[in-house]
Amino acid sequence: MDGDPDVLVIGAGAAGMAAAATAAGLGLRTVILDEQDAPGGQIYRGITAVSRSMADRLGPDYRHGRTLVDALAGSTARHEANTTVWDVDADLNVATLREGVARQLRPRHLIVATGALERAVPVPGWTLPGVMFAGAAQLMLKTAGSIPAGRVALAGNGPLLLLVANQLLEAGADVVALVESTGFADALAGLPHLPRALGASEYLAKGMAMMSAIRRAGLRRIRGASGLLVLGTQRAEALQVTSGRGDERIEADLILLHAGVIPNTQLTRLMRLDHVWDERQASWRPRTDGWGRSSDARVSIAGDGAGIGGARVAEASGRIAAFDAAVALGRIDTGERDRRSAADRAEVRRHLRVRPMLDAMYRPPAWVTSPPDETIVCRCEEVTAGEIRRITTLGCRGPNQTKAFSRCGMGPCQGRVCGPTVEAILAQENGLTPQEVGQYRIRPPLKPVPLAAIAALAAPPSGPESSETT
Amino acid sequence: MFKRLATTEASSVDIEVDGRSLDARAGESVAAALLNAGCVPFRHTPLSGAPRAPVCMMGVCFDCLVEIDGVPNVQSCMVTVRSGMRIRTQHAARKAGA
Repeated sequence: MDGDPDVLVIGAGAAGMAAAATAAGLGLRTVILDEQDAPGGQIYRGITAVSRSMADRLGPDYRHGRTLVDALAGSTARHEANTTVWDVDADLNVATLREGVARQLRPRHLIVATGALERAVPVPGWTLPGVMFAGAAQLMLKTAGSIPAGRVALAGNGPLLLLVANQLLEAGADVVALVESTGFADALAGLPHLPRALGASEYLAKGMAMMSAIRRAGLRRIRGASGLLVLGTQRAEALQVTSGRGDERIEADLILLHAGVIPNTQLTRLMRLDHVWDERQASWRPRTDGWGRSSDARVSIAGDGAGIGGARVAEASGRIAAFDAAVALGRIDTGERDRRSAADRAEVRRHLRVRPMLDAMYRPPAWVTSPPDETIVCRCEEVTAGEIRRITTLGCRGPNQTKAFSRCGMGPCQGRVCGPTVEAILAQENGLTPQEVGQYRIRPPLKPVPLAAIAALAAPPSGPESSETT
Repeated sequence: MFKRLATTEASSVDIEVDGRSLDARAGESVAAALLNAGCVPFRHTPLSGAPRAPVCMMGVCFDCLVEIDGVPNVQSCMVTVRSGMRIRTQHAARKAGA
């Protein structure tokens, strides 16, 4: 494909793959960029290379990803792997980095499908080697066919925590404990949403199967847990928790923390799109209409990056966004869009029926949003919760001021990990709402880029095409 | 810190970590190879010198930073192993001119 695409999709997960294949099928010149070396995103990570036995182990929900990869491969969309997007400017120039070489693309329409990331679970000692997010252990299973070598303790809440516990148990890992922040009150909070969730009963069936497998495994379980503390000096040695049973110490070599997933809004914030605070999901998300269109009509957002709905919602929303992009580009009319996306829109509505219950049952616990003073919140700049509380007494009101006061949020991760915690602490200390506190302002580059690569981007007289590498 | 299941079928790839040769598997990330070999920590922080290892494995946390083929501060969870790759773990802040 020469020149700029009609549609550029960023992210080759469930939403991105579906969006790109659909857009290409509508005759739109489509490019899909992704940081990984193969399509799949995180949910279907490793799907193109996974062994048959591992695919069987990971189950039919995982294997479904194959249909998306095949649809993408069978389309005219061009998939560019190992490509990092580090800037999108007001003219929709998308700056990328691949193998150390920077280039720019200028699509007519952009579909952002950057997915979700795991909510940080800051507890004292969580910076020690041997503490990971639960999703990371699952990625080791998907991409490397590997399980933890020693004793594993899982702690936090959410469906993924239970899924990973199950998958590790089935794979033969030495899972010694499952620590859940959720208790009776959380189950009660979910109850009013149960009738609605029955409309997507496969999730409930899967959840119950996971819980009964965990019961059968007979591992140590602690419910209503708080006061988590990772003990160790050079690496994690034990997890201490407090519950109705008092303080308990769990000896473990790997501690997997999880408190749900939140939209990855790094790119949409960089682009200054409108974002709204979603109280139900306790996270920010970009404002979108029913088609995924953002506050900028040239930009759509599909999948978990627009609000957490899970893989099947992401996939359907990718196709919906592509049909809508085709309207924006004059390829089809709204009648055709409505007709051809009807099944996917019904699918989104059906799958979303389970979300209110999950969101109510698995809110981030107070010990996640209000960690004790000694907890490192900003892992990059090693800023503690106590330091953030201290600078609020000096007048720090918003997350961008924490940078000037403490360098919090200024490290290489650019606030991806600490952002939600910093916002929560500032809100508590200053008596402000999340909307009043706001979020870190994100600036380019989204990820570190060699200065030489940026310098090479400066358009030579012959035009920007001379920097083409593909 | 991690171990490969016996059913892992990928072919072997030779990489070098801090001068020692290491048997990685085709398709896995540099971070996964290091975790499978128990090469922990990956780095010590420039600020306090605290030991760190990967947390997210999906390009978010930047705690898996290592030097790969002479390029420092690379997210090792985002790079697939290649034969002959030379990796150096990173310890404390870099000195000017070093």
